[in-house]
Amino acid sequence: MELICGPWPWYTSGILIAFVMFLLLMNGKYFGVSSNLRTLCTICGAGNKIDFFKFDWKAQKWNLFLITGAAIGGFIAVNFLSADTNIALNPKTIETLDVLGFKDAGANYLPTELFRFDSVKSVLLLALGGLFIGFGTRYAGGCTSGHAISGLSNLQLPSLIAVLGFFAGGLAMIHLVFPLIF
Amino acid sequence: MKSISYLTIGILFGVTMLKSEAASWFRIYEMFQFQSFHMYGIIGISVLLGTLIIALIKKFNIKAFDGSPIVFHKKDISFKRYFFGGLIFGLGWALAGACPGPMFTLVGAGFFPILIVIVFAVFGTYLYGRFKDKLPH
Repeated sequence: MELICGPWPWYTSGILIAFVMFLLLMNGKYFGVSSNLRTLCTICGAGNKIDFFKFDWKAQKWNLFLITGAAIGGFIAVNFLSADTNIALNPKTIETLDVLGFKDAGANYLPTELFRFDSVKSVLLLALGGLFIGFGTRYAGGCTSGHAISGLSNLQLPSLIAVLGFFAGGLAMIHLVFPLIF
Repeated sequence: MKSISYLTIGILFGVTMLKSEAASWFRIYEMFQFQSFHMYGIIGISVLLGTLIIALIKKFNIKAFDGSPIVFHKKDISFKRYFFGGLIFGLGWALAGACPGPMFTLVGAGFFPILIVIVFAVFGTYLYGRFKDKLPH
């Protein structure tokens, strides 16, 4: 039980993610989570005016079940499979975050300074992050699951380009933008 | 019945994302600071095993559970859409510290401000659909 309730090592996680992709392939499905964002647009009626959202979303119902499961999994993991949700970060990371104004980095699962409803700045930053994620994944045609896991595993050059883009964007955000906004 | 199996696969995925800390904003930050092997290990192992799994499926022509062939689609070759799209996603990934999968896991785990990210991610996808003809692909 201790083994389960502590944080899982990277290899356990890597093996399980590959297993998830395998189970989906064996069901004739392709592991790619960001498609759900498009499906949600269609369900909200975006298909009435824009062709991109005109598709039979019911064919994507399985994927909605997948993310519903992902949410339930989060609930189970926090409530029944975790002793605590501290993150054992590199002390250097904690130091850098401290300078940026994030106190007690790693003492929680997420930084409480950013994930809150009662700060206009936090809400705006989370909204902006969401916009980038939604716009970028559809523009690139996939996210970490569709490109980095499924695409690279299928040796797709476009996925490699996309993953290089992910990292270029991430590095720019943390090294160039963070010092300006935090 | 089918729905239950996808729900179950999703639960496995969600538990894995949370327990391996891949859904933690801190881990994403640490990854982009190159101060930990953790995230690289997770992505590395899953891609390595994934490559092996797909190669084996192709080589031995393994069929899906229902007996139908497993079809792999080649992605259209282009540079702009993948790089620029990827770049924009990367900015959001680092800022919000979550990918489209883990963000749902975080809701289940009770971190409700992530709902702001989800709502705007849906809106961002809408904006892409609205303006996609004006973008270089």
